[in-house]
Amino acid sequence: MTGSESWRPGANLAVLRARAQLFATIRQFFAERALLEVDLPLLSGAFGSDLCIEPIVAQVNGAPGYLQSSPEFFLKRLLAAGSGDLFSLGHAFRDNERGRRHNPEFSLLEWYRCGWDEQQLMAEVEQLVLAVLGDRPVVRESYAKLFNRAVGLDPHRASVADLHRRAVACGSWVDATRAASLDLLFAELVEPALPAGLVFVYDFPACHGALAVVEDDDNGLPVARRFELYCDGMELANGYRELTDAAQQRQRFEVELAQRQQAALLAPPIDENFLQALQSGLPPSAGVALGVDRLLMCQLGCNDIDEVLPFSWSRCR
Amino acid sequence: MATFSTNDFRSGMKVMLDGDPCNIIDNEFVKPGKGQAFNRVKLRNLKSGRVLEKTFKSGETLEAADVMDTDMQYLYEDGEFWYFMEPESFEQHQADATVVADAKLWLREQDVCVVTLYNGSPLSVTPPNHVELEIVETDPGVRGDTATGGTKPAKLTTGAVVKVPLFLDRGDVVRVDTRTGEYLSRARD
Repeated sequence: MTGSESWRPGANLAVLRARAQLFATIRQFFAERALLEVDLPLLSGAFGSDLCIEPIVAQVNGAPGYLQSSPEFFLKRLLAAGSGDLFSLGHAFRDNERGRRHNPEFSLLEWYRCGWDEQQLMAEVEQLVLAVLGDRPVVRESYAKLFNRAVGLDPHRASVADLHRRAVACGSWVDATRAASLDLLFAELVEPALPAGLVFVYDFPACHGALAVVEDDDNGLPVARRFELYCDGMELANGYRELTDAAQQRQRFEVELAQRQQAALLAPPIDENFLQALQSGLPPSAGVALGVDRLLMCQLGCNDIDEVLPFSWSRCR
Repeated sequence: MATFSTNDFRSGMKVMLDGDPCNIIDNEFVKPGKGQAFNRVKLRNLKSGRVLEKTFKSGETLEAADVMDTDMQYLYEDGEFWYFMEPESFEQHQADATVVADAKLWLREQDVCVVTLYNGSPLSVTPPNHVELEIVETDPGVRGDTATGGTKPAKLTTGAVVKVPLFLDRGDVVRVDTRTGEYLSRARD
C-alpha cells in the first residue's frame, strides 16, 4: 500500500458497525448458553507444532516468545482445571499468510463443550452461523464421500503414489506425502464443487487428525473425528472431538516436530504445560475455532479480508 | 538477475517460466487452515501470448525476466523487418513478422507505439489504442446516409479491413480502436 491514501481504514463505517454488531451477537449467543468468556494471553513461550502453521516470534525478557496461532492450549488448560464450557473471542497470528482470505493477524472465535461429540457441536455451529447469516441451505457430508465424488479416489484407502500422481496433474507442485496431496486435491477439486450455503465436512483421514480423536468408523476404517465448515466454498471453522490422551498427544507432537526439523522450519519447544494439563485430565469434550473476519465477509458479501478489517497488515506498514 | 517469491507476485510482474518470459496476471494465496500453503498463479507467456494457470508452493521463487516496455517511433518496413526508433537515444530496433504480428495492421509511420524488449530485443509490439488511417478501397459512399446504421467493409492503407458507415468513401480518414478493430469516427483534417 503506497500513496497518501494508505492511512485510511480498509473497512468503511457501515462495515465497522456490522463488525461491532457481529461481536455483540456472538457474545449474546454464548451468554444465553452460559458459556464462560475468557481473555487469554497472545504471547506464550511455547507454540503448536503444526507442520503448516508458522509462528510469529517476539522477544520476551530476552527469550523467544510466540504470538499464538490459536487459543487452544490455554483453553484446554482451563478445561483441565475445571472451568466447564467456555469460549474466547480474540486475535490469532500466523506468519506468511496474506491473501484475499488471509491476514497474518485475524480474529478467531473458539469454544468448547464438555461431554459433547463433534456431531452435537456441528449443530451448535450451525445455529450460530445461521443466526448471523440468516437462512441458508445446510449440508453435512463425510470427507470420504465428497472427495470420492470430486476426485474419484478413496482418500483413506488410495495409495500415496496414486494421490500424488492425481495431485501433480492438477498443479505443477505438490509434496509427495498423503497429507499434502490430499490438501491440494481438496483445494483444487473438492472446494470448487461444494454446493452454495453451509457444508459441514466430517470424519477426516487419520493423517489430518491434528488434535482430534482418531477411531474406527462403522467400516472399521480409522478416521479423525474432526470437522470443517465451508460457507459458499470458503473455509470458516475447524472442530474436533478432542484427543484427551496425553501420551498419544506427546507422540503426535514429536512426529510433527521431527517433520518441522526435517523441513528446516522453526522447531519451538513442546508445550509441557499443555501436556501436563492433559495428563491431569481433560474432560471429554468437543471444540471448534471459527474465523470471525471470514464470517463477516460471508455476511456482507465481501471478497477481500481487507474490506472487513479496520487495518489489514498492508495498512500497518 | 533478481528473483521474486510467490509472496511478492503482483500483476504486471515479468518472470521467467520454463525459459520463456511471462507476465503475471493474477496471484491467489491458497491455504487450508491446517494444510500446506500454495499460490494459484495466472500468467501470460509473452512469446506465445497464451494464458496459463500454474500452482506454486508458497515461498517458491522465479527469476525476474529482463522485459521492458519502451515507447518507440515506428519508422518503416522493408518487406522483411519493421524498424522502430527510441525517441531519446535514436537507437533503432528491427522486428520480424512474428514479433510485429497483428500490430502491423495498425502501424502508421511516425506513430509512437510500445515495443516490449526482452534481453534488449523486440518481443512484441503494441500499437496506440487509437489510430487514424485512410480508406483505400470500399464500395462507393451512399451520400447523405448517416442515420440508417448500416455498415460496409473498408480496406485501409495498412491492409486492415474494418466495418465503416455507408456514407464514407475512398480517401476518407477514419479513427479506429486497435484493441477491438472497430471504427470509432471519421477523422477531421
